[in-house]
Amino acid sequence: MDWAYFLQQLINGLTLGAIYGLIAIGYTMVYGIIGMINFAHGEIYMLGAFHSLITFLICQAAGISGILPLTLLLMLFVSMVLTSIYGWGVERIAYRPLRGSFRLAALISAIGMSIFLQNFVQISQGARVKPMQPLIEGGITLMESPNFNVQLSYMQIVIIVLTFVLMVVFSTLIAKTSLGRAQRACEQDRTMAGLLGVNVDRTISTTFVMGAALAAVAGMMVTLYYGVIDFYIGFLAGVKAFTAAVLGGIGSLPGAMLGGLLIGLIEAFWSGYLTIEYKDVATFGILVLVLIFRPWGLLGKPEVEKV
Amino acid sequence: MSALITSSRISGAEIVKELAFFAVIALLMSVMILGVETVDRPTGLELAVRWDLVITAIISTIIGRLALIIRREHISRIGQAVLITVAAVAVFEMFVRFREMDDRWASPVFIDMAFGSVTSIVLAIAFIAIVFAIAYFSMKKVAAEEEESGSNLSAKIQLAYRTNTKKIGALGIVFFIIFPFLFGENRSAIDLATLVMIYIMLGWGLNIVVGLAGLLDLGYVAFYAVGAYSYALLSQHFDLSFWLCLPLAGIFAASFGIILGFPVLRLRGDYLAIVTLGFGEIIRVVLINWYDLTGGPDGISSIERPSFFGLAEFDRRLPEGVMGFNELFGLDYSTMHRLIFLYYLILVLALVTAFVTVRLRKLPIGRAWEALREDEIACRSLGINPTNTKLSAFAIGAMFGGFAGAFFATRQGFISPESFTFLESAVILAIVVLGGMGSQIGVVLAAIVMIGFPEMFRELAEYRMLIFGAGMVAIMLWRPRGLLSFRDPTILLNMSKKEKVAGEVK
Repeated sequence: MDWAYFLQQLINGLTLGAIYGLIAIGYTMVYGIIGMINFAHGEIYMLGAFHSLITFLICQAAGISGILPLTLLLMLFVSMVLTSIYGWGVERIAYRPLRGSFRLAALISAIGMSIFLQNFVQISQGARVKPMQPLIEGGITLMESPNFNVQLSYMQIVIIVLTFVLMVVFSTLIAKTSLGRAQRACEQDRTMAGLLGVNVDRTISTTFVMGAALAAVAGMMVTLYYGVIDFYIGFLAGVKAFTAAVLGGIGSLPGAMLGGLLIGLIEAFWSGYLTIEYKDVATFGILVLVLIFRPWGLLGKPEVEKV
Repeated sequence: MSALITSSRISGAEIVKELAFFAVIALLMSVMILGVETVDRPTGLELAVRWDLVITAIISTIIGRLALIIRREHISRIGQAVLITVAAVAVFEMFVRFREMDDRWASPVFIDMAFGSVTSIVLAIAFIAIVFAIAYFSMKKVAAEEEESGSNLSAKIQLAYRTNTKKIGALGIVFFIIFPFLFGENRSAIDLATLVMIYIMLGWGLNIVVGLAGLLDLGYVAFYAVGAYSYALLSQHFDLSFWLCLPLAGIFAASFGIILGFPVLRLRGDYLAIVTLGFGEIIRVVLINWYDLTGGPDGISSIERPSFFGLAEFDRRLPEGVMGFNELFGLDYSTMHRLIFLYYLILVLALVTAFVTVRLRKLPIGRAWEALREDEIACRSLGINPTNTKLSAFAIGAMFGGFAGAFFATRQGFISPESFTFLESAVILAIVVLGGMGSQIGVVLAAIVMIGFPEMFRELAEYRMLIFGAGMVAIMLWRPRGLLSFRDPTILLNMSKKEKVAGEVK
């Protein structure tokens, strides 16, 4: 067993998992509150990636891309704000009018929204892959072995730290603030929460906005980490993030993060040790296994079926 | 402007505030994605600014919102119609600009049209007139709806549909049977009708799973793929004929359905959705990567075409001792014969699907599906095994998907994983839901709307899918329960069907 190789896959898997986890939180929050798969969430993540890329190009054109921290903060801020508005708009247009209606209608309109957004970006920004130069270069060599050096790049550190910080912030937001209380109340019983004076519409909108903001961060990190994006990245990332949310137990925030990390690790180890082509098959295979033996996910609570 | 809002219950200031809010939203949404284009240059990406698009987006948002406010507040009908017309012109303008981005600072296209040649003037006027008329008369319908809810048009259509389902169905079948005689020489019409028919069949197959048994399947295309590949591989490696492979393809697809369904069918609806989606992707990934068997991304080409029930072939040049279709019937050779034969083949396959569904609905198993869709706990209490019942629906649905797949392979002559993406699953599911879950005629209608119309507008190229997505959202908002309504369980307790229809329409 080559420990250096193992450690490297572990680092790569954690980085990837952090990104999936951030997207998965959006799914799990929306599912928790309105019980619906937000199919357009992957597209929101893709829009986040595009917003951050364009912000960077604008910074470059304005000549401030030399000041790295400022550029990064601007990218983060702009992509979070603008992408959140897309999240808000998607909820207003495609989901809110159908909230009381039957479930499949909302699902179809979500799929329609996803197709629309994908093609919207394809037409307005072109179908070609967009390259992005690496902004954060270099790294630390953790371990040196005769044929392999374990690298922890600064980019990976940024991703893991930023994800951790965001997780702490959002958990506090949900656990401590009145907004979080309203969200949890709506999750339990929307009608009752409404009767007790919670503005249900606004709470649901905020949930979408929060999810979209986190997806935008994930999009920005992917842009920086992989250096290429296109209009189609949202689909697979979205499916995997939803898988992560189900794996962790849908409706649970730490569960989404855990699920994301697990999916990331499975993918990294599978492609590191077995075949890279079948890594998606492995992800879904594990999902099926988990669902058979623990349908409520790893950290979710089993649901009691009532008449 | 002031005359327009006198009768309203909302003040002018509020309207301005609302409009300003949406203008800002539109600005923020479009400022980067529309306003800035990333252009590939040898040195890297560069930016091109397109402020005109942002401005068009904002203006159309404002006009659209204004139209919505006016509609919401029941302000004068002509005002509404005028605003909707202006909004339509703005959307058209944006659309054209989007397409011809080289000359972005030209004067508005619509004005050019209005002062251009005679044809373009006529076109512009016709466009305005049509939109205005639609807007004006749809307002009238809304007003009538308020006065007397019973006489509302869609309810009338529904009632007519529900009391005459059989007649409409028979008429539809007759139409589809005589279709080749009406358009016999029009190659593209037959091709399009065949394509629509494939989707009708897929929709009917999925209808068993989603509409009758209430199982949300997002990976139906997997069974379609299994059917297509099993025919292609069987005919290439074992030289079996289409007529032998067709049932085999169905059996293969059904076994895949059972293998997949067995572990996952005990799951609740949404989990089932994600697992079936995952399964669809797995099949596609395997098809791409298992190069030795499936040819990978290159797919399988020159798949054998079907013969006329093994009696005659459709090819022009035939080997010795093989009878041609034209010889068999004493006709002149025509390439259309094969196309028309294929059309009738899929028509028969689709009708078989529909017939089986109708019969199954009357059998205990069909009743059990519908009961399960309505209330799973009650079913379990009454001794129905939910897993086996669901599994049967899943397998039968998969089987019809497999038949359709085999037909698809033989019609195209070439298949590759490209044809079996998630988008296909989404389209088939959309056909079922748009049609009104469980409704057979609804599926036909939805397939024509979803497949026929976009195919006719092929020249819109990349805008096709954009409009398709927007259309899916719009139809769902307009009619959440589908174009034709939901199908009720075939039998109901203590209520005759007519009473039920009347009760629901009210």
